[in-house]
This record gives sequence, C-alpha cells and structure tokens, in this order.
Amino acid sequence: MQDTFLGDSKSVEHHSDNARPESPKALFWALSMLALQGFGGVFPIARRVIVEERKWLTDKQFLEEWAVAQVLPGPNIVNLSVMLGNRWFGGLGAFLAVLGIFFFPSVVLILVAIFFEHIKDLPLVAGALKGMGAVSAGLIAGSSIKLATGLKTHPISLWGALVFSFFAFLGLVIFHFKLISLLLTLAPLSIYLTYRRIRELPSNHPNNSENQP
Amino acid sequence: MSFGLSDWLNIAWQFLSVSLFAIGGAIGLLPEMHRFFVNDNRYITEDQFTNGIALAQASPGPNALMMAMLGWGFGVNATPVGQSTIPYAVIAFVMSMICILLPSCLLNFMATRWVHKNSERLIVMAFKKGVAPVVVGTMLASSWIIVAHDMNIQVYWPTWLLAFVAVLLVVFTRLHILALLGIGALVGMTGWIA
Repeated sequence: MQDTFLGDSKSVEHHSDNARPESPKALFWALSMLALQGFGGVFPIARRVIVEERKWLTDKQFLEEWAVAQVLPGPNIVNLSVMLGNRWFGGLGAFLAVLGIFFFPSVVLILVAIFFEHIKDLPLVAGALKGMGAVSAGLIAGSSIKLATGLKTHPISLWGALVFSFFAFLGLVIFHFKLISLLLTLAPLSIYLTYRRIRELPSNHPNNSENQP
Repeated sequence: MSFGLSDWLNIAWQFLSVSLFAIGGAIGLLPEMHRFFVNDNRYITEDQFTNGIALAQASPGPNALMMAMLGWGFGVNATPVGQSTIPYAVIAFVMSMICILLPSCLLNFMATRWVHKNSERLIVMAFKKGVAPVVVGTMLASSWIIVAHDMNIQVYWPTWLLAFVAVLLVVFTRLHILALLGIGALVGMTGWIA
C-alpha cells in the first residue's frame, strides 16, 4: 500500500501556496467527513481528501507527513491527524483533528454494536457475523501480503526480511509471546541489520548524514 | 462472569502500555489483545473477539476502533445482573479508545518536529525499513488468530476456505471492502460456517 503512494510523488506540484483550513472547527468537520468515508482504514481516503479535494497539502508534503507518521508508534492515521492539526493550529488543532477522526465513527460503531447486541442470538445474524469474521481475517492477511511485496527491495534482502516476519508470526501464534517482548527483541535486531546495510550503500557514502555535524 | 474495579483498571493499563507498540497500526496489536482478553483473563469470549473485529471493519473509521470493540465486549460482560449492558459497554468503549490513543498522541505531539528534521538520517530510515518485516509478521499473526481458534479442520474448513478466498480477492481484485464483507455475511447466513 505504501509503495503505491510513493508512486504518486512523481505527480506535479500544482500549488506552492497551499490552501489551509480556515479554522480548527473547519479541520474537525473535514476530518469527520473523511473518517466516515473510510472503510477498512482511513488512509487511502485521507490522501484524496487532503491533497486532491481540499488542496491543504501537496502530494510531496503529504508523503513527507505520512513517512513521519509511519515512523512514530501508534495508529498512522492518528499520527497524521495530530501532525496536521498541530501544523496549522497547535495543540488545540491536534486535539480537534483526532476528535474529528474518531468522534462520528465511534458514534456509528456504538449504534451498530447496540443494534447487534439485540439481534445477535438470531441464527441468521450469528451466521452472517461468522462469515464476516472469516472475511476480516482474509482482509488482514491479504493486505499484509500486499505489504510484504514491498519487502522485495529490502536492504537486508527479501529472504532476510521474511525471516523476521516468520519469527514474529511464530512468536505470536505458537509461543504466545507478549507483543512487547517480541518487538523489543526482533525489531532492534532487524533495525540494526538494516542500518548496517544502508550505511554501506554507495548512495549513502558521499554525504552520510550521520557524519555531518 | 463477574468483574470488579481492578479488572477495569487492568484493561485501562493494558491499553495504555501497548499504545506505543502499535507499530504498523492497530491491527498489529490483535495477537497481543487476544492473548490478554481471551486467553489469559477471559474478559471476552472468542466469539466476542471475532465479532468485534468484524463489526469494526464493517463500520467506517480508523482501524483503531477495533480496540474499542474489545472494550465493548468486556463492558457487556462486566454489567451486573439485571442492569442494561449499554451504559457499561459504552463506558468501556470510550475508556479503551482514550487509553489506546493517549500515549501515542502525546509522543507524536512531542516527537514530530524531531523526526521531521531528522528524517534523512540513516537511523530514522533504518527504523522505518527495519520494522517493516516485523510488522508483516504481526499482521499475518493477527489474521491467523481470528480464524484459528480451533484447529479442528474437519469442522472449521469452511471458515478457512472463506478466509482464503478473501485473501485472493484482496490481492488480485479491487473489490470494495464492503462487498467482500457482504459476500462473507451471505455465505455465513446459509449456516454453512461452523
């Protein structure tokens, strides 16, 4: 998914003078509308609304923000909202942006859940939910496979990367490790090996930013 | 089932402490949450876990709402006998949401500028690329845990088959997520899935 969006960085920057939301309230409503259109995650719709419709960011700016949102822990879309809100309106903006992303979807989901509590014992509904549960698993597996295709050009090679994926999977599924202990052992090792490899890459030698003051 | 204040606090603490480990989004937290909510503490049932995720997927908004649905299930189970489940469930929903968001929002608020300034640094690039393989593994584990609660393949093969078909449809077609879930619901209504 990420690679698809990296492809967009080639598109021309039309507007050096960006529009911006006129008030924190406007940002709240824009993000609310955006969140209500997002099924199975909000990211794809976020780019369309923020870059194409509202023109608040150029494609390039959006990608930069997105890259940072990915590095920081926490749900990416929440990170993106905090950063956007903060960029234009500081702390209040960040708060209203996160509220915008979550408030109305929460209301909708609570209504769905209440309705479901009343009908969940109907055999038809229970069956439908089982079917949807199986599809949910498939959706998640499908998107992780798509994500895995991005590992083809990984600095530690595709197979090296897949070894890490495999051990993460095994640790969680077979050994029921705590996520925290798993991440604190596997991720630093993977990051370290990746770091060593990209440091060796020729493109990073002449102006290795680590060596700059 | 009867749960007390210490269970509410336990859940709040769990969400607060995993918030910063949601690398690659809320979906990556599912195996951990399954361990905590279903296996270790029996706060919610296997069905509540799966149903909560399915409902969150079928409803618009960020994937992090799945976390709130786990809280919802606990709220329903923690309701004292004879009372309406809804207020308890809503409170647990909101509490879960706030606890999962708060630490990562605060860190984000404070660290964004640093990451922006240093995004060309090798160590930041290495972090981003380095966690990617682990994220793929945790996401695959998430999907596994949703379908694999019983390895009795003779009974549950339709679930596996349906999940597998969904994988193929996601990878090779551009069908809308609601269409996929709709297909799942229709197949499930036939009573074919155990």
